[in-house]
Amino acid sequence: MKRRDFLKASLGGAALLGAGAAQGRGNLEPAEEAVGMLFDSTLCIGCKACVSKCKEVNGMPPTPLEDETYWDAARDLSHETLNVIKVYQEGEASIKDAAENGYAFEKRSCMHCVDPGCVSVCPVTAMRRDPKTGIVTHHPDACIGCRTCMVGCPYNVPQFDYDNPFGEIHKCQMCNQQGVARIDNGEMTGCAEVCPTGATLFGSRKALLEEAKRRMTLKPGETYNYPRGDVRKPESHHEKAVPSYQNHIWGEKEAGGTNVLHISSIPFEKLGMPPLEERSYASISETVQHTIYNYMALPAAALAGLTYIVRRNTEDEDGGES
Amino acid sequence: MSAYQPLKRPVITFPFLVLSVVALIGTYFLVQRFLHGMGPVTNINGGYAWGIWVVYDVVVGTALACGGYALAITVYVMNKGKYHPLIRPALLASLLGYGLGGIGAMIDMGRWWQFYNIFTPWHMNFNSVMLEVGLCVATYILVLCIEFAPALLEKIGAQGVIKALNKVLFFFIALGVLLPTMHQSSLGSMLIAMGYKVHPLWQSLHLQPLLAILTALTMGFAVVVFEASFSSAGFRRPDETPILSGLGKAIMGLISVYLLVRFGEILINGKLGLIFAGDLGSLMFLLETTLFVFPLIVLLSEKRRGHGPLLLWASVSMLFAGALYRFNAFLITYDPGPGYSYFPSTPEIMVTAGMVAIEIMAYLIIVKKFPVLHNAETA
Repeated sequence: MKRRDFLKASLGGAALLGAGAAQGRGNLEPAEEAVGMLFDSTLCIGCKACVSKCKEVNGMPPTPLEDETYWDAARDLSHETLNVIKVYQEGEASIKDAAENGYAFEKRSCMHCVDPGCVSVCPVTAMRRDPKTGIVTHHPDACIGCRTCMVGCPYNVPQFDYDNPFGEIHKCQMCNQQGVARIDNGEMTGCAEVCPTGATLFGSRKALLEEAKRRMTLKPGETYNYPRGDVRKPESHHEKAVPSYQNHIWGEKEAGGTNVLHISSIPFEKLGMPPLEERSYASISETVQHTIYNYMALPAAALAGLTYIVRRNTEDEDGGES
Repeated sequence: MSAYQPLKRPVITFPFLVLSVVALIGTYFLVQRFLHGMGPVTNINGGYAWGIWVVYDVVVGTALACGGYALAITVYVMNKGKYHPLIRPALLASLLGYGLGGIGAMIDMGRWWQFYNIFTPWHMNFNSVMLEVGLCVATYILVLCIEFAPALLEKIGAQGVIKALNKVLFFFIALGVLLPTMHQSSLGSMLIAMGYKVHPLWQSLHLQPLLAILTALTMGFAVVVFEASFSSAGFRRPDETPILSGLGKAIMGLISVYLLVRFGEILINGKLGLIFAGDLGSLMFLLETTLFVFPLIVLLSEKRRGHGPLLLWASVSMLFAGALYRFNAFLITYDPGPGYSYFPSTPEIMVTAGMVAIEIMAYLIIVKKFPVLHNAETA
């Protein structure tokens, strides 16, 4: 290829780059019948019944505290802990749900992103978003163990079993994995089923979002009849005074939104939620990737710059045929 | 008579023996990894899923193996025939470096026995940057084998095969320019999906692929200068500074563009203050930038460019700069959130050191047994 032609081709590629960028994709939309959960931190009393039930459903052992196993002492997500309750403590840690001198409980489990990073980055489609339920599933038979899903997850949810030479990725699949299939059978997730206060509520994303928005409008101090179990057909209710919620439904918009929503009376950054914007990183990554690989434009442009510079700097040299 | 000759020197030397000890220790821990899993050998965890096996062996290692790529562009695309004598040793180093990257990726793969899923179309996720990197690197290793094959074929005297290969080699050379352009830029694109975990000074989103390809190319040129200077000194061969200084010019140009894009992005996105924040991020950024600016200053003057030792120092600085850029982005300033930290374990470091030792030993054996280095007279 002559240098001039090469430059021309590269510039053509650069021109196409603009066209490509314009076609970049935005965030994915929620699945039509997306199911999810609503975690209301103000209702959580830290009993960890959900942690225990989760392990029972998924056949995972309790995490011992030192050598004794009085209760499940899991402190964070791991290959054998798919759901964990963490505690927030500040100052004297005496007032429930107060940011100062208070304490609160926060659930960590897969958020089931509407536009999941793990699904976008997995080279072998071992992470999938169920087109109907929106549940983010994992398929070990496809997985090569590269762990890109772990670095691509804003919540550090997928966990690899490092101590097993034939380990695999573990994550919450909303109790709908093969052999469990609670959602397909019309049941709810284990954690929502056992939650005594309705802090973890199961339901459709739409219904849960409605419920969350309703709670935002309640006046602190007035009584509200909180449902337990499935928000669409609650097993029971309990009355409780409304706390002063932060006007923020985590997962309504963050990085394209999540099917698991959180509300709280403490700002989410204090509860360890990551600093996310509304646009998903997956959509940016795919836009860049498809811009380059639909048109071969960016590598061409980079090479054009290279060609130009090296040419200019070596003009006095003879470029003989080799 | 070929323009290339094997270096007729003994293979077993003192440095070679030292390297073989390192290789043995590394191999021991490697066996442990496959017997007991990655947990007992490495310090990777739920937040730092990638340690030095990915970040050094693959991300930095393949960039250090871009010599063949950089020279292929110079010689075959830019038509600078005078650099042709340098291409065979550069291709060998690239082949070994990419081989290390490929093997490193396999070692780090948690479910390595299913690696072939990446080649089966019904598994491929075309949205995945990792897929592009995996496929591209695998193909490029094959291309490098073909590009380097003439050296082995000459040794066994397979003239007929060389003739046939020469007729189609142009196609593989073209591929050998395209493929690294693709996957080296994609190594940068991988950082996009990591989002906030990548420090803002390194999270340039849309510019990631451009910065990655610029540094890969610059490191490619720098490694050619480094290897040629080193083998001149180490094997007491004629000094190649006159020809290498031309590559110094290329490095200078590339660093200028890189710094322009890098600082432009930081300025436009209002991140300038982070440089002087006085934390780990700002410290690493200043160190990294110094390592980029030092070679630029050295190479600006034609006199210094023609000075062997200065040229070598400039290239070494550049190699550290490019390596640190990647280490910073993927590991050192990478922050998955509270509760996680990472520093490689000794066995983990020894596996990487062992792999590098094997790579260097293979290089030494091959240049001593096969026609790789060019004859001084024909240079």
